[in-house]
Amino acid sequence: MAAEEKIGINDLNLWYGKFQALKNVNLSIPEKEIMAFIGPSGCGKSTLLKTLNRMNDLVDGCKITGEVLLDGEDIYYNMDTSLLRKRVGMVFQKPNPFPMSIFDNIAFGPRTHGIRNRADLATIVEDSLRRAAIWDEVKDRLRSSALGLSGGQQQRLCIARALSVDPDVLLMDEPTSALDPISTSRIEDLTQELKKRYTIVIVTHNMQQATRISDRTAFFLMGEIVECGRTETLFSTPQDKRTEDYITGRFG
Amino acid sequence: MNRHKWIEKGAEAFFFLCALTAVLSVALISLFVFANAVPALREIGLLEFLTGTRWKPTDVPPSFGILPMILGSLMVTGGAILVGVPVGLLTAVFLAYFCPKPAYRVLKPVTELLAGIPSIVYGFFGVMVLVPLVRDTFSARFGGDGNSILTASLLLGIMILPTVIGISEAAIRAVPDSYYEGALALGATHERSVFCAVLPAAKSGILAAVVLGIGRAIGETMAVIMVAGNQARMPKGIFKGIRTLTSNIVMEMGYAADLHREALIATGAVLFFFILLINLAFAVLKKKQK
Repeated sequence: MAAEEKIGINDLNLWYGKFQALKNVNLSIPEKEIMAFIGPSGCGKSTLLKTLNRMNDLVDGCKITGEVLLDGEDIYYNMDTSLLRKRVGMVFQKPNPFPMSIFDNIAFGPRTHGIRNRADLATIVEDSLRRAAIWDEVKDRLRSSALGLSGGQQQRLCIARALSVDPDVLLMDEPTSALDPISTSRIEDLTQELKKRYTIVIVTHNMQQATRISDRTAFFLMGEIVECGRTETLFSTPQDKRTEDYITGRFG
Repeated sequence: MNRHKWIEKGAEAFFFLCALTAVLSVALISLFVFANAVPALREIGLLEFLTGTRWKPTDVPPSFGILPMILGSLMVTGGAILVGVPVGLLTAVFLAYFCPKPAYRVLKPVTELLAGIPSIVYGFFGVMVLVPLVRDTFSARFGGDGNSILTASLLLGIMILPTVIGISEAAIRAVPDSYYEGALALGATHERSVFCAVLPAAKSGILAAVVLGIGRAIGETMAVIMVAGNQARMPKGIFKGIRTLTSNIVMEMGYAADLHREALIATGAVLFFFILLINLAFAVLKKKQK
């Protein structure tokens, strides 16, 4: 079964000033699958992730050529970044709940996009928290500060917050690197649930994590995609010597 | 070997003495102000002193009620906060999140320079510009001659700007970028991310800025004297003159004697008490931000 392409990246080059961080990247990300980006630090995997919701626009001197298509539309051509980021949500490496109540954290996104009605907001908050598998833990204290939650709960709250604006794609930048093993496994389980509705792109340093949760894996080295394929194939029979060296732990 | 040890001990003692200077100064000032205030308070009566509405130190018999001056100080300080905090806070937001870099290099030093201008110069600015401005704008309808609570508030509002801007900007910059990025990633605009995600996170630092601004405004003397009218009477509206605690002391200390002099020192003690309260609030807020 050939899944529909959700995101298409064609001949993408990216420079931070004079430094070229991404070199001629081509990649197709299918809908409702999990795509993992792996590779050593500084290989460009997080950079590519951030081009998918244009968070790189914030970086001074960042220059991009090539195209990134979301449902066939070039997101760098004539697209409102606010609407793009509504469609492409993001979860960061370190949990970053806002210093406000749990309810207000989740309601922030919908409010941003013009939803004011209290009942609608309450529905969205509950739905989002349920989808992020944290509703039962926080339903009795929606009014208390989100900063009082544990790290793992905070990260699931951030996932719920990303879901609150009803995106199609969820970008996750090493979402479990700051968490303990139990919280990590809860979030890994959650990704399997989420991929039924969302297309997920996850950057991870942890190769076991990539094998556990992803359908496809792309291996990055020095700004290039060395190899990309179905996760079990890439890890069992890598085509490129460099991929093999990396996944067998010979460097990186 | 032994000599070195002695030198080290001596140096240590010297540094300790230096450090002690500041602490001792605060202790001695507190002691002086409060000790000298006690006789006057005992003779006038604390309640009469704080709540009396008549200040007639040279009448026979004299009246020593400083409520007009307490209210005067509170009103011009409140006015200064109403003027200075919105302007200062928005300036800080602008400097931290909106200002292009070349403009920042000019604007930032200018806001700092504002703190270095002597208060007598602010006073001149008040007399030459603000007093006529207030007179021409409001006198016909509301009375008053331009020397008023409003004028003093405007001038003090400008004077507290560097304090409010400096501390708020530092508080805003101390907020982790992750809040800003998190809001942006939800599709929020730059403005919404700054005002609805970053600013709430800087809340206690901004409150600290306000508190320090209050401290600066309530203690200001020279500039206020020059534009506030200085009538020792209960406030009669923001277009009329008022006297503050600080002005009261400066204007009469030169010729006051006996009980009158002691009553002025007691006025200083009341002011000092306010300042202590403000500093306490500042310390609490600062701790909270960490």
